[in-house]
Amino acid sequence: MKAIVTVIGKDKPGIIARVAADLAERAVNIEDISQTVVQGNFTMIMLCKLPENLSVSELAEDMSVSGEKIGVSVHVQHEDIFNAMHKI
Amino acid sequence: MISKNEIMETIDMVDREHLDIRTVTMGISLLSCARGSAKETARLCYDKICGRAQNIVKVSEELSKIYGIPIINKRVSVTPASLLTAAFCGEETVLAKALDDAAKECGVDFLGGYSALVHKGMTSAEKSFIESIPEALAATDRLCSSVNVGSSKSGINMNAVALMGKIVKRAAYLTRNKDGLGAAKLVVFCNAVEDNPFMAGAFHGIGEGETVINVGVSGPGVVHYALKNRKDATIDEISEIIKKTAFKITRAGALIAREAAERLGAEFGIVDLSLAPTPVMGDSVAHILEEMGLMSVGAHGTTAALALLNDAVKKGGVMASSSVGGLSGAFIPVSEDIGMINAANIGAIDINKLEAMTAVCSVGIDMVAIAGDTPETTISGIIADEAAIGMINNKTTAVRVIPVPDKKVGDTVKFGGLLGEAPIMKVSPYDCSGFIGRGGRISAPIHSNKN
Repeated sequence: MKAIVTVIGKDKPGIIARVAADLAERAVNIEDISQTVVQGNFTMIMLCKLPENLSVSELAEDMSVSGEKIGVSVHVQHEDIFNAMHKI
Repeated sequence: MISKNEIMETIDMVDREHLDIRTVTMGISLLSCARGSAKETARLCYDKICGRAQNIVKVSEELSKIYGIPIINKRVSVTPASLLTAAFCGEETVLAKALDDAAKECGVDFLGGYSALVHKGMTSAEKSFIESIPEALAATDRLCSSVNVGSSKSGINMNAVALMGKIVKRAAYLTRNKDGLGAAKLVVFCNAVEDNPFMAGAFHGIGEGETVINVGVSGPGVVHYALKNRKDATIDEISEIIKKTAFKITRAGALIAREAAERLGAEFGIVDLSLAPTPVMGDSVAHILEEMGLMSVGAHGTTAALALLNDAVKKGGVMASSSVGGLSGAFIPVSEDIGMINAANIGAIDINKLEAMTAVCSVGIDMVAIAGDTPETTISGIIADEAAIGMINNKTTAVRVIPVPDKKVGDTVKFGGLLGEAPIMKVSPYDCSGFIGRGGRISAPIHSNKN
């Protein structure tokens, strides 16, 4: 199952390291990644593959807590929602 | 891969522009539960609803997490209850309480379908049922009621219209300690639809299957935001922007609806794409119209702007899903829309302009608070006018007015939550009781020689 992980917040050192470590700990593989900083605002989008025993909703809850700890907002969403809304 | 901009657009829609799934509504047929006694029927209805809808809240919350889109309400609609109560006239509220108990047991916000369809004629059992509505609404918390008094095929049942004026007033009176809240849960329809997921008018039509999932998607804020960045757009371009936005919102709703139906073992019914406002800032239909260039909703041009909005929403929605249904369009409930509340407070909008607007958008005179001493026949007159607009124009229209006990024009009523607040609106002081008192039926309109 694939999910899109988005991380948004104020830029500071260690955001990618922390998020990537938390994903790795849950055996989530990052397949694609894009990251920018515009006027101090950090935005990162990752396409991730989840292991079979991990659901999107569980990962969403875990990553939301991880994000709070470092002061950024982390969304985890099933990729189908983006395909449904943006592809004809 | 989906582009970065597309991903961020979806995130922004939810985080900043109030995109949400307004309701996941499970329609349940209760026809198999009709028995000769109130107690037995009520027990079977309770058991069936609890059996079918026990997981609706859990599944909706799970889907909300997976797709990252809030699902605000979980609801149940049932077979019009008047079809079940004919054998126990006078004891209808036993069923009402059982339906309310079932709603509470399942954890749903509202249960709709304490309803009767009397658009052509009314049996004595249906009359008894309708007379039970005020007591039923006063004795319950989550029950919603509706009555269909007219249709384009059969005309308008003016006896039912006259009766409903009394019923609306009594529903408000019996809940006078809550500012007439009972009337806020009662809708009088013309051309009621069978698959509407929105309250208070939802019921599970008799043409529907056993258990159906209908989803209501909203997003006035998303449409407003899309227009905000396009001050220079022509009317044609505005229409395009609305269509594209409606397409995306509907797609999200259809995905959730299909998933919910599968997980709950029900049929996927329809997606109702209605721009349904809430009293929260940034979630207003009135503000969309003002964004198009009106100083305030209610200004001349409002009806045209609303017609454009309503039509573009439908066109975008129909492109996105083959299962668009329900009421689909734009809602204009006064107390539930911060822009409407402001317009009513400064006198920019009145009940006459609202009536004109209902000729081109979803539903009708909705969540309008009026003085508690408004005559029953005047309420029937408002219902008759709305029903006539629906009947002639082949569209759904409805009336949900609240004659707030002890309040007068100039006062304000606060219902709280999604129902919001509203100033008491002025209605015509001129009497229409001679017309309403005649009874009978306005015959179905001719559908040729239209002028």
